[in-house]
Amino acid sequence: MSASVSIAKMRWFPFVLGFGSFAAIIILVEIFIRIGVINRFIVPMPSEMLRAFPRIVAEENVLSRFRDTAVEAFSASILVSVVGITGGVLLYQFRLLRAATETWVAAVAAAPLVLIYPLYLVIFGRNATTIVMMGFTAGLAPVVLKTLEGLSGTRRVLINVGRSFNLTRSQQFWKILFPAALPTIFVGLRLGLIFALINIVGVEFLINFGGLGQLINELAERYDLPGTYAAICFVILVSVCVFVLLERLERWLRPVN
Amino acid sequence: MSAATMPAGRSAADVPASAEPILVVRDIVKRFETPDGILTAVDHVSLTVAPGEFVGVIGPSGCGKSTLFNIIGGLLDGYDGTVRVADELIKGPHPSIGMIFQEESTFPWRTVIDNVAFPLEIAGLPKTERYERARHFVGLVGLNGFERRYPTELSGGMRQRVSMARTLAAEPKIMLMDEPFAALDEQTRLLLGDKVLQIQQQLKQTTLLITHNITEAVQLSDRILVMTYRPGKVKRIVDIHLPRPRTSEIVSSEAFGRYVAQIWSDLREEATRGLSEDEAKTLHGGAPA
Repeated sequence: MSASVSIAKMRWFPFVLGFGSFAAIIILVEIFIRIGVINRFIVPMPSEMLRAFPRIVAEENVLSRFRDTAVEAFSASILVSVVGITGGVLLYQFRLLRAATETWVAAVAAAPLVLIYPLYLVIFGRNATTIVMMGFTAGLAPVVLKTLEGLSGTRRVLINVGRSFNLTRSQQFWKILFPAALPTIFVGLRLGLIFALINIVGVEFLINFGGLGQLINELAERYDLPGTYAAICFVILVSVCVFVLLERLERWLRPVN
Repeated sequence: MSAATMPAGRSAADVPASAEPILVVRDIVKRFETPDGILTAVDHVSLTVAPGEFVGVIGPSGCGKSTLFNIIGGLLDGYDGTVRVADELIKGPHPSIGMIFQEESTFPWRTVIDNVAFPLEIAGLPKTERYERARHFVGLVGLNGFERRYPTELSGGMRQRVSMARTLAAEPKIMLMDEPFAALDEQTRLLLGDKVLQIQQQLKQTTLLITHNITEAVQLSDRILVMTYRPGKVKRIVDIHLPRPRTSEIVSSEAFGRYVAQIWSDLREEATRGLSEDEAKTLHGGAPA
């Protein structure tokens, strides 16, 4: 009985510890701002930020902006996943293509791609397509590289098991290579989607168009710091939604890693 | 020790007289190109295996055992000689041959039952039928109750049994095993040997075991081919006249000890040569084989 109680405690303990630490930091920030250790004109009080939530929901149309950013993030995620994984598979299948392009793809992954937004503005115009394409461009390289790494890292013995059962090329890919590479592919997807989301909100902010990035821009211009920080919380919420979906997808595709 | 002092031993030139061998390997020669020149890994190796027979191939590291395993299994090409199964020339992976590998080879993303059902899924069997058959083989290797577990939840010995059940589920004419228990401790190895003997007894499964473990080879085999260090040739064939059915208890018998001593006397010479050559190579700047 006591053993089961301690297990139950242990299961909840990390969550309680994490949530408690977060709450403690918020309370500390509130106290430091109130006693003047942190300048309230730079960082708003967490209590003010909380009070700003209903205001920005009612006055700034935040739910619609949240939807715009979420749709852009979702569209870019689909593009990044489909094109990135296909690209990684092609690089794995064709050695010449891999030799010719892998270094370039790695270089693109490290480049500050946000700087090409003026070019995309010219190509696609000041609209959601530019934002989605910026997210797609920024998130693509890590997915390609991690897909390639996952496929190349498949243990030789698993491939040999497939060969010993006389699998066709297609069976070898879908039954062995792809499931074996999935954990690494999902690492790439997580990285790619982080880059995509940063760029989506960043470009919304820069071109003052669309969802939450534009709202943050406007609120910052008005020096509405509690509102700005509250809007940033909604950006975090988009990120949480994308990652929860990704985690569920991974668990569905590969229940055990 | 000469052949004359070993009543159970035969010279490499003797091909066992079996009425209808199911596996016939003739004059296999495999060479690899290396930075140091051409390396002959397997040199004119011939062997036959009769239906239901358990043949062991033993040799020191670097004698080409695994190369031979890959050639017979159809995973390696570019060799001279022929491999025939039931009179059919084999030139690649073949449904008649099932392989169990030295490394852990279960699919970590599949449960035990899904791993075992894998070859049946590839063969296109309906789901109900393939699970029914897979369950039979899971039971055969003693893993009842573990059907829904994933390989990460099992011990090394249990995972090797899953691999064995998966290979057996394909119902191959010949099962090839490449040091399947090499990564396991001695006690588990002996107990798994019991399991292999039990399955062998039950299915009359023709088996070719590649190993460097003398105890394992003598415990399981009807006949053992002792190979030389590089280039790998058959040095001697030893018939094991231990009674069947066997269990791991046989390792403490006097006759077992005699077979082990006999094979070790042949192997010792080869292993010593292999060690010396590796050390010399390392001394002169190359990597050991």
